[in-house]
Amino acid sequence: MNENVEKYIKRNVYKSTSSRIAQKFVDAGLEKLRACINCGTCTGSCPSGRRTAIRTRSVLRRALTGDESVLEDIDIWLCSTCYNCYERCPRDIPVTDMIIKLRNIAVEEGNILDAHFGLANKIFYETGHGVPANGEANKKWQDLRESYGLPPLPPTVHVHPEAVKECQELMKSVGFRDLLDKIEKIKEKEKAEAEKNKEEEK
Amino acid sequence: MSEENKWKYGFFLGCVAPNRYPMIESSIRAVFDHLGAEILELEGASCCPAPGVFRAFHIPTWLVIAARNITIAEELGVDIITGCNGCYGTLRDAWIELEHEPELKKMVNKHLAKVGREFKGLIEPKHIVQALYQDMGLDYLRGFVKHKFKDLKVAVHYGCHIIKPSDKRPWGGECEDPTFLDEIVEITGAKSIDYKDKLMCCGAGGAVRTAVKEVSADFSREKLENMRDAGADIIVDCCPFCHLQLDLGQMEANNIYKDMIGEPYKIPVVYLTQLLGLSFGIDPNLLGLIKNHDLKGVTPFIPIESFLEKVKSQLT
Repeated sequence: MNENVEKYIKRNVYKSTSSRIAQKFVDAGLEKLRACINCGTCTGSCPSGRRTAIRTRSVLRRALTGDESVLEDIDIWLCSTCYNCYERCPRDIPVTDMIIKLRNIAVEEGNILDAHFGLANKIFYETGHGVPANGEANKKWQDLRESYGLPPLPPTVHVHPEAVKECQELMKSVGFRDLLDKIEKIKEKEKAEAEKNKEEEK
Repeated sequence: MSEENKWKYGFFLGCVAPNRYPMIESSIRAVFDHLGAEILELEGASCCPAPGVFRAFHIPTWLVIAARNITIAEELGVDIITGCNGCYGTLRDAWIELEHEPELKKMVNKHLAKVGREFKGLIEPKHIVQALYQDMGLDYLRGFVKHKFKDLKVAVHYGCHIIKPSDKRPWGGECEDPTFLDEIVEITGAKSIDYKDKLMCCGAGGAVRTAVKEVSADFSREKLENMRDAGADIIVDCCPFCHLQLDLGQMEANNIYKDMIGEPYKIPVVYLTQLLGLSFGIDPNLLGLIKNHDLKGVTPFIPIESFLEKVKSQLT
């Protein structure tokens, strides 16, 4: 990034909000977004935006102005991380990385889709793989491997239980286990509330 | 091979290739062996972790687990090769970030120390395509070509993370019009055809497939339509997740978007090393091209027999 852009980012600007979330955006380095000139190249380059409601420019604008609602918006999960916007941004903003940081903040606030949470909490944490082949339920994949002359399970965490433990230890150490537990509680609470509302409607 | 161990790599398997598309794993092993490269196993490696999901959930976890995977290769003193764009993205991005940001490296090593590991940054994570194109080179590969396809139109699909972010990839900053994969495909005599929006994403990445399958399937529908319009006989790719999306994705697009697409799609999807291996004269059984089982509901979902039938007479 050139010097002028750098100055532009660091200038004093009126903040429309001083919320906790806005501070999180700043802490995550999303401040770089201040270099944005709202040209819309990101939106125009986005293959997801051709078929969904995601408008990258708008997502980033909302993050920049501290608009918390962006965290609950499914739009931020419709980015396929193709990096077109990252490559084409005329202000050299690493747009895709910004969306990923935005997702991190959303997750911290408990905004994670059930399918994603299940994948992290049950599959990745338990097995060390994102797409596992172990266990009776995956027998056909083990058989398929064997039919191509491979051992039924690959030489990964799947045949090294000590490596699964090691990954779990690392995930605990870096705070992932705590994060998952926190989200689980939030999700349980939301579920209970939803059921309560349903009862009341009846 | 005159020099012993001219190329020695640690093979990072990832998840989708070994656990859903083992024919991809077989064909990479067969081709690298054939080319005189020694493949070492990265025992106990885990998910890379997948950049679109786990990186998006918690960046520090993504970085620490990626660093752990890299240390397995460091212990063996070999560069990593992976056949997956997603794993490549994770391992390479993590490697570059850790190399450039001492504070991050310190944080990661603080955690790794608890399991007796240390990230040193001694080895380079490479894509198998990078190993083929840059370490070995086209001239070397050409020397192995035994059969040249005379009539085969290939829709090459790069996928995103093998070329982007371009500042963290080894292709000289090229990301709008790369040719390396087409060049490799064309040494086999096959023709890499132009098609509309060739570099478009398959739609699987970024956690989109996991949560909103309809959106992913619509990405694929658009790609498949463009490939079919251009008259592609087959799709050739270099990423198991794109491979899954373009293979299973045809079934999904045929189902979800049947009112839009006319004829259902049935374009065989072939992994790069399966195509190369055939041209090198490697036994198709070793390349995972011959079905040898009665299992139901397994990969590939789109039959590849029409491809084998088409090239059978060209392989003599």
